[in-house]
Amino acid sequence: MKRKTELSELIFKILSYLFLTVFAICCIYPFLYAISAAISGRFAVEYGQIVLFPKDIQFEAFEIMFKDNMFWNAYTNTLFLTFYGTLWSMFVAILGGYALSKKRLLFRKGFNFFLVFTMWFSAGIVPQFLNYIDTRTVFQSLGITDDKWLVVIAMGMAAMNIILLRNAFEGVPSEIEEAAIVDGATEMQVLTNVYLPMSKSTIATVALFFAISRWNGYFWAKQMISNNNEKPLQVFIRQQLEYYQNPDLMSAWDEAYATDSAVYALIVCSVIPILIIYPFIQKYFAKGVNMGGIKE
Amino acid sequence: MKKFASDYLVYDEATGKYHEDPEQAVRDDVEKHHWLNVARTVLKDWRLYLMLVPMLLVFLFWRYFPMYELLGAFKVDDSTLEVADQLYAGFSYFKQLFAGESALSIEFWRAFRNTFLLSFYGLCFGFPMHIIIALFFNEIKSNIARSIYQVATYLPKFMSTVVMTSLITMLVRKASPIVGMEMGVISQMLYNLGLITKEVGDAGLLFQPQFFRAIYQISGIWETAGYDSIVFFAAIIAISPTSYEAAQIDGANKMAQMRYVVLPSILSTIVIMLITRIGSLLNVGYEKVMLLYRVDTYITADVVSTFAQRNGIEGGLTGLSSAAEMLNNVVGMLLVIGANTVARKASDVSLY
Repeated sequence: MKRKTELSELIFKILSYLFLTVFAICCIYPFLYAISAAISGRFAVEYGQIVLFPKDIQFEAFEIMFKDNMFWNAYTNTLFLTFYGTLWSMFVAILGGYALSKKRLLFRKGFNFFLVFTMWFSAGIVPQFLNYIDTRTVFQSLGITDDKWLVVIAMGMAAMNIILLRNAFEGVPSEIEEAAIVDGATEMQVLTNVYLPMSKSTIATVALFFAISRWNGYFWAKQMISNNNEKPLQVFIRQQLEYYQNPDLMSAWDEAYATDSAVYALIVCSVIPILIIYPFIQKYFAKGVNMGGIKE
Repeated sequence: MKKFASDYLVYDEATGKYHEDPEQAVRDDVEKHHWLNVARTVLKDWRLYLMLVPMLLVFLFWRYFPMYELLGAFKVDDSTLEVADQLYAGFSYFKQLFAGESALSIEFWRAFRNTFLLSFYGLCFGFPMHIIIALFFNEIKSNIARSIYQVATYLPKFMSTVVMTSLITMLVRKASPIVGMEMGVISQMLYNLGLITKEVGDAGLLFQPQFFRAIYQISGIWETAGYDSIVFFAAIIAISPTSYEAAQIDGANKMAQMRYVVLPSILSTIVIMLITRIGSLLNVGYEKVMLLYRVDTYITADVVSTFAQRNGIEGGLTGLSSAAEMLNNVVGMLLVIGANTVARKASDVSLY
């Protein structure tokens, strides 16, 4: 039975397309503008003549940046922090989430509360800062003098991600686990051979959550990494922004590209890795949100 | 809890002597065995409990130890000493914050008010946006069109705060007549639309306190509205098509369908998301504020976290800043618990 579409429904449909189109354009416009501005000539950028398409194309802003050792250094540091940070966080979260998913775990409620309480109440920036300073002292006395490792090990853990993993592990039928145990599997084998393959998509999602937050992390990396050579990309971008916005530098500026173009070029480069993997991972993120949303 | 020996003894009237309660012996036995059983289970299952250890340590060291550092709020500032050894200062920092006379106290209450207002406006403008966008997404039946819209609108969520704020800073930058630079491109658009005057645009929107909240909210919607609508979209898409058909046969137009089919079905999701939002009313994303604000805009932009960062980490007033943050976060926690309780009483939906 096909029924005539009502006028109100038609109007709403047109409204949806219109609104979403405008909103989608607003969402990507700044990035398109950044690309155009990064490769446009100085005059066009400074006089605001670029709306969407680049003018007087030059690539010097990119060239200068690629020749800058500090840029590559910052990039490597960010890759380091993202890789080891995600690895460490996943290690802790998978083991913890697995143990919490077991009904036979004694004091299970207590452990869960221990986790969830950190979502309700956080000590705040200053106590955390003092705590990290103390941690650094302890780490240094243990012979770990690189602040990178402090950032990797002490930061970036999120209770929500552990809860996501716990919920996924709880969804695995216990019969499969029992079958594996009857076949003589140890606890660790049950985890790696049964649970991990059966909750692949959640694990991918959580790993991506961790990786993105590591890649984008700024404040604590800036506070705790004292050595300039160890600073990650986000800190470097901020430094460059402040450097290029300096009025003295601007008035003495004598290049074919605008000061802003240098920063836009940097932003474009920092965003590219995320843009490359983004279309592939986007669906996992949607999934992750829904899994974490409602739980009775 | 039994404290005195007499608690364990029963007075026997016939013999006039005290003797041990026989039931107590059984109870003691059970208790002893209870803990023995616990120990036995843990030992037998030690691999499982070992797995818990890294997580417990990470949370203990870097989530709970900072709470211990909060004791600094009651101690005299002395960075050469550990918190435990500092002199007890009582509630003097809290009194200082509440007194309302000193410059710091005025600054704190301004920050507290800003914190609340920034998230409250976010709740008023951002939150309905998420639901509206989800409703619109539901109307797009073509899969290709929908995924194009999704890819575009989720994108800003994955950009770092630094990238976002750098873009904002440059898009609304001020004009520099000496260098011959015009105002930022977004300011120009607003000027062309007649929303701001030339002088305002030239002065740079981020340099004027009256624009900070608007910039914060609009960029917040830009950043998260697409992504945060996923939860609502998932709830809407789960509604059975037969519900719509039934409503249509009864002659419901689009508004009536929204009112009687969609809204009741996603109400529990809305309540849960509302609880989380209310719970985090005093928990503003400080990184973004820190990267966007400047001395000129402290009046509207300064929040408790940035207040603490400025005075505590940079200024060295750790005790006072800890007190300020503690005040903020305790009220925040009460809000979570309160919102949760109210929601449970009113609608049987609760988060925790």
